[in-house]
Amino acid sequence: MSEASLTHGSVEGAELAPLVPPSSTLGLLSVFRRRYLLKLLVQRELSARYEQSFLGFLWSYINPLSQFFIYWYIMGTVMGAHRSVENYPVHVFSGLIIVHFFTETFGAGTRSIVRNKSLVQKMPLPKEMFPVAAMVVSLYHVVPQLLILLLVCVLTGWHPDLGTLIGGVLALAILMCFGTALALVFSVANVFWRDFGSLVGILTNFVRFGCTMIYSYDMLAQHAGSMRWLVLGNPIAVACLLFQRAFWAFSTDKPHHTIKHEFPAHLYHQGVYALIASIVALLVAQWFFNRFDERIAEQI
Amino acid sequence: MAEAIVAQNVTKDFVLRRHKTFKQMTVAKMRGQEMVNRFNAVDDVSFTINEGESVGLMGLNGSGKSTLLKVISGVMKPNKGTILTRGRIAGLIATGAGFQSSLSGMDNIFLNAAIYGLTEKETKAVLDEIVDFADIGQFIDQPVGTYSSGMSSRLGFSIAVHVDCDIFLADEILAVGDKPFKRKCMTKMEEIRNSGKTIVYVSHAAASVQKMCDRVIALEKGRLLFDGDVDEGIRILDYGDEDGDELSVDDAELGADV
Repeated sequence: MSEASLTHGSVEGAELAPLVPPSSTLGLLSVFRRRYLLKLLVQRELSARYEQSFLGFLWSYINPLSQFFIYWYIMGTVMGAHRSVENYPVHVFSGLIIVHFFTETFGAGTRSIVRNKSLVQKMPLPKEMFPVAAMVVSLYHVVPQLLILLLVCVLTGWHPDLGTLIGGVLALAILMCFGTALALVFSVANVFWRDFGSLVGILTNFVRFGCTMIYSYDMLAQHAGSMRWLVLGNPIAVACLLFQRAFWAFSTDKPHHTIKHEFPAHLYHQGVYALIASIVALLVAQWFFNRFDERIAEQI
Repeated sequence: MAEAIVAQNVTKDFVLRRHKTFKQMTVAKMRGQEMVNRFNAVDDVSFTINEGESVGLMGLNGSGKSTLLKVISGVMKPNKGTILTRGRIAGLIATGAGFQSSLSGMDNIFLNAAIYGLTEKETKAVLDEIVDFADIGQFIDQPVGTYSSGMSSRLGFSIAVHVDCDIFLADEILAVGDKPFKRKCMTKMEEIRNSGKTIVYVSHAAASVQKMCDRVIALEKGRLLFDGDVDEGIRILDYGDEDGDELSVDDAELGADV
């Protein structure tokens, strides 16, 4: 259904609705115009994910918490990261929130169109809705994790500054754009070849270890040397660093010392570049999506 | 009179991939076989439907009726040519609405209505009517996956007819459902037609097309075969009732099962 007809509505209007193509042509813009539909899809996704589950929404706590304890014990205690990284649990957890947000958006977004096959085949709606809804659902899951992080931060002596807010928002903005971009590309690719769904698992692993979550930036800088761009060229890793600067750095004993020695110089600049790169990625993804959009309904 | 649907040289082709896996594709490439097959489900079709017209879309199975309906509804985009429509479109495509089987009937009502472009308030205003018309009792709160095919098409039809639309698409709506419900549907369809809405009605049942429509568009192998008078269209398609003595008059009127 076209956007124009939505505002115009029904027959009795004195003015005639315009003649327009019946299929949506505005891409992501139409998703924002039809927020009520997006809201329904997100609600539905949230209830469907915990359908017939006894613990329900609690799973969104259990999943990251279990990962957290694995890293905390294996990396922290067994491998000795507690000694080399100050306040290691907060370091891991602030990174984990970012990585988890991305991998969830990426994974659920990739499956989103194929999962909604019955709707895609019969109802006219902008198909960008599904990957975007997957991103919003993942964003929803960030909230309880963020609450846990805040609690732990406060308990370990956290003194946030204005940069905390800027960094935190910037990090989430980068991930929302970049996650949606990849979800768009992979969701449509997955319609044609399900191989892309399997590829997601591999890429997710790279993301998990490519971010400064279980190791600190300082450790990486010592080993990677001139290859540091491998991390800084990755918007997710930059978002991760921004988040850690916002939460972890200010929970250490000497925050300014930590920021100076444990983070790359000009982190906020890197953050802005990463955001721009993510927005460009989103535009490219939209172009890619449009190219294959018309074949989705028949190939799915 | 203003146009409601304008189709200009609409062509929709399907790509049939012959080889699905890397191995098959490599072998095919080495043997010099064709990798893909294309065929036109709808081939260079042009017509204009004015507001308030009730058009029967006819043709044999595989003639491209459903694909054309999908193009009109916006589910598919034409590869060539343009399709323009005016106002809100509602209706059923290929017997049954796009339901999400894990959701309850109630949730699906809200979701489908939102896809048609209704707001929450508009949906709530017609909710009781939709539930009453579908008449599936307490199943409305059960997941649609547990419905029988009759039940889900009742609900789908009920949602589609209660959306305040400008163009109503009906594809084999009477194929499923029992006789009392078929009658109820026909009455509702006539109501929609008499309210001045544009209707595109797909059916194999000549009698019901004669009753409902004032124009027939016939397709053959994706091409426009005929566009004009109802009786002539039916005659050209040879839907005459030479084998009709098997059907009771009632069945012919309401639409034979597919």
